[in-house]
Amino acid sequence: MSRARADEEEYWHSSKFRAFTFDDEDDELSQLKESKRAVNSLRDIVDDDDDDLEKVSWSGEPVGRRNRLPSLPSLSDAFSDTGVKNYAPELRRPKAEYKDYSNDWSPRDTVRRMQRGKVCSLERFRSLQDKLVLLDEAVAGHDGNVITAVLIFLKRTLRREVLFRELEVRQVALCHLIHFLKETGEQKLLLDLLRFLDRTEEVALSQYREHLNIQDVEKKREFLKGCIGLPFSAEDISHIQDHYTLLERQIIIEANDRHLAMAGQSEIFRKYPRKASILNMPLVTTLFYSCFYHYTEAEGTFSSPTNLKKTFKIPDKQYVLTALAARAKLRAWEDVDALLTTKNWLGYTKKKAPIGFHRVVEILQRNNAPVQVLQEYVRLVEDVETRLNLATKYKCHDVVIDTYRDLKDRIQLMAYKCKVERGSAEEEKINSLLSNM
Amino acid sequence: MAAHLSSGRVNLTALREAGRRELREFLDKCAGSKAIVWDEYLTGPFGLIAQYSLLKEHEVEKMFTLKPGRLPQADVRNIIFFVRPRLELMDIITDNVRREDRGRSPQRDFHILFVPRRSLLCEQWLKEQGVLGSFIHREQYSLDLIPFDGDLLSMESESAFKECYLENDQTSLYHAAKGLMTLQALYGTIPQIFGKGDCARHVANMMIRMKREFPGSQNSIFPVFDTLLLLDRNVDLLTPLATQLTYEGLIDEIYGIQNTYVKLPPEKFAPKKQGEGGKDLPTEPKKLQLNSAEELYAEIRDKNFNAVGSVLSKKAKIISAAFEERHHAKTVGEIKQFVSQLPHMQAARSSLANHTSIAELIKDITTVSCYCIGFYSFPTASEDFFDNLTVEQEFMSGIDTDKVNNYIEDCIAQKHSLIKILRLVCLQSVCNNGLKQKVLDHYKREILQTYGYEHILTLNNLEKAGLLKLQTGGRNNYPTIRKTLRLWMDDVNEQNPNDISYVYSGYAPLSVRLAQLLARPGWRSIEEVLKMLPGPHFEERQQLPTGLQKKRQHGENRVTLVFFLGGVTYAEIAALRFLSQMEDGGTEYVIATTKLINGTTWIKSLMEKLEPAPF
Repeated sequence: MSRARADEEEYWHSSKFRAFTFDDEDDELSQLKESKRAVNSLRDIVDDDDDDLEKVSWSGEPVGRRNRLPSLPSLSDAFSDTGVKNYAPELRRPKAEYKDYSNDWSPRDTVRRMQRGKVCSLERFRSLQDKLVLLDEAVAGHDGNVITAVLIFLKRTLRREVLFRELEVRQVALCHLIHFLKETGEQKLLLDLLRFLDRTEEVALSQYREHLNIQDVEKKREFLKGCIGLPFSAEDISHIQDHYTLLERQIIIEANDRHLAMAGQSEIFRKYPRKASILNMPLVTTLFYSCFYHYTEAEGTFSSPTNLKKTFKIPDKQYVLTALAARAKLRAWEDVDALLTTKNWLGYTKKKAPIGFHRVVEILQRNNAPVQVLQEYVRLVEDVETRLNLATKYKCHDVVIDTYRDLKDRIQLMAYKCKVERGSAEEEKINSLLSNM
Repeated sequence: MAAHLSSGRVNLTALREAGRRELREFLDKCAGSKAIVWDEYLTGPFGLIAQYSLLKEHEVEKMFTLKPGRLPQADVRNIIFFVRPRLELMDIITDNVRREDRGRSPQRDFHILFVPRRSLLCEQWLKEQGVLGSFIHREQYSLDLIPFDGDLLSMESESAFKECYLENDQTSLYHAAKGLMTLQALYGTIPQIFGKGDCARHVANMMIRMKREFPGSQNSIFPVFDTLLLLDRNVDLLTPLATQLTYEGLIDEIYGIQNTYVKLPPEKFAPKKQGEGGKDLPTEPKKLQLNSAEELYAEIRDKNFNAVGSVLSKKAKIISAAFEERHHAKTVGEIKQFVSQLPHMQAARSSLANHTSIAELIKDITTVSCYCIGFYSFPTASEDFFDNLTVEQEFMSGIDTDKVNNYIEDCIAQKHSLIKILRLVCLQSVCNNGLKQKVLDHYKREILQTYGYEHILTLNNLEKAGLLKLQTGGRNNYPTIRKTLRLWMDDVNEQNPNDISYVYSGYAPLSVRLAQLLARPGWRSIEEVLKMLPGPHFEERQQLPTGLQKKRQHGENRVTLVFFLGGVTYAEIAALRFLSQMEDGGTEYVIATTKLINGTTWIKSLMEKLEPAPF
């Protein structure tokens, strides 16, 4: 009881209650509206539909025939907190007139009427308690449209802290308000609400989402920098940090490369003009770009592949795959060779492919590698069947022949003879093998 | 024109007719000539209710697509906006209205028809822009349940799943309940309601409440439906993630069926005339309507794709034999009879030609595919479709679900489409009752590095919806669910199926299994498993006035309406149709849903909308 009264007190002393204003009709459309209203009123005369009897806008102002006002009643504060005059509600109109249009719908009836698409006055619900009953009724009806309408009314007539506090114990209504704030882009209020609820991770993500709306890369970079301090979950924070670092790098690389490309002195940019800027590209795409244009750079430069690999802890597999694709596209076969060669501590070299040699072959073939290059890697495919398949498919005769030789498979060797050119070195090789087997 | 709607056990033409009536009534309110400005999304669903001819009869002279700028010049008295209640559309309407030439005479009147419901929020938004007063009629058209076929209804609300399970906005459930009330008004009160899941519970509650609040809704129609089964999509997150393997399911997976229409690459549909040597190939996509009005399609759509080829070749033989008949027709009577059958035969032949082409297209895709993305262009193994399928089937049968999967890793490395990756990762997560921290972190990292960090928002949405999660408590209850509900069948028969698992070549959709077990022997037999699945399960009874209680004829099947809250796939529909047709099944099914989905459209609806890529 005393709690309710205190709340009511709080409301009367704190809520920014707004009534209609007469001066919001100065827009260019008033004339048009005037004519529409004329049509509207005509309709009201002819059309005696009971349902229209109480034509009241959702915000509580009548628009029906009984109290036609000189201007369209309008309350435009649901979406912004500025620029509207405040009136004490009881002063806005004589009591008797007030009574005239405001029927005593119970909260439940009000909600039902709204569910049926009728517009209803909500202004009558003045005490906090009444408003909460109304909200609970709306929630019980499950109609998001009505729930949202009631929330807009509450949002407009309750102090923020009161609204937040009451919504905290009304999860469904809370979800609707959050959704509504996202939809209407009221970012600030949304963040305040989430903070109040201690939903810090959501605050962080919601704020981070904003970067999508920033076009200017410098601004975006600054914004992302600001995001690093936000209360993300432990797993997410490193990704956000990486996002910032990546964009920072891209800005530097982009400025540098655009300059290089325009100057026309760099052969690689002349020969392979850039199709697009590298800004806002994913990390792996950036790595590809860097392997394509900046492969030989020392680790110290921001644009070098090794630097990217280190900074973002790119796994070996991903790195090799990307570098391979880039170098193969440039047909830089010696780079491919070096990439797949490792030296052990005794100084012996060995070919190694963390992605598997069958994948290496696929990538090289796709980039039209010559048979000599291709067969070197086909030979290294471990699985015999896969090796034979690839070798046959890409006409690496030597590998096929050697494999059958190792398998001591005379029949297959003989069969393969018809696939090589007559009189070629391969045919000769098969013949000599067959005669020695 | 809508004969296929009355072919099933329940005549859905009545529902369509009710929709048409409401539309006519609204159009007649706006006296005089009209132009309709369409929210493009709505044209598909509306097309299932009314054709242009109906609109024309009610003085609709022009139709435009809603877009910003000045409205086209059209000498009409009324401009009516048919729109979904969305703020971004309100902005476009505002722009249209503001640019209207006020000097023109006679002036045009504006109206708005909100589909499916008027939105106070939108009207407030229009008021903010100062244009609300420009609209004379602002009404709603409750296009809740749209009849798609003789046994299929959809609300076509693309964001229903997202709203229910991500944003906790139950508005689409309210519409579902409203739709069910309309259905009951037309087809009688449904005496029994079963349900599983939180949303199902909500819808049942709303129905009961609405019935109480509108006593007038008590009707004296003999009930057509015996049972309503409400199922939450989140009770079965697994099924839509798997690739559908029925004919219709595959068409949808590969080309996307929208409002019963599909657009196909034109090459295979080129008219085969001699001497043209392949020039003048059509470039416009071939658009086909797919529903049970087409006899052949009705026969093959629910079959496993592997069983379609043999049916098509059999049909081909029958049709050529029928055309051969003409040589044997000797008497005038015989020739006359042949000629009278000709139109039917020609329709059958062109239907056969179309489906042979579609089957060929699908066969090409399911055996060879090639991806070219950005800087890369990688070959993919011609077996990619099958590799993908193999991994899916391994997950569903419980193999290696707890470690990083090589194939998924490879696909990320080759930059396959992100949605494909997400489908697989989510499938793995669902089949393992969540992923181990290390596995989840690994996937997340790979995805973000390859596709962009901003996708962290999408990953977050998937986690919220429960599609992607961390395994907590270290217990994986999927194997128990799989075994109890017999979700994985090793001995599947694709040609002559004896179990619903044929629709996914081995996996029996969980949702449909629940429906099947409800009919026989009842859910009491699976209490334990039901408790493992999210949300409550319940039963409600709606009292029928005496005299309306059904006395079943011997051998007469029960009719059950299964309502999927959050979406249903074509493969699930196929499985239910299979159950309807089982000789000793005893139950026929009608299917309703918030949206027809597949794994791709579903995941897409949960993805954060990102700015378009710069190139």
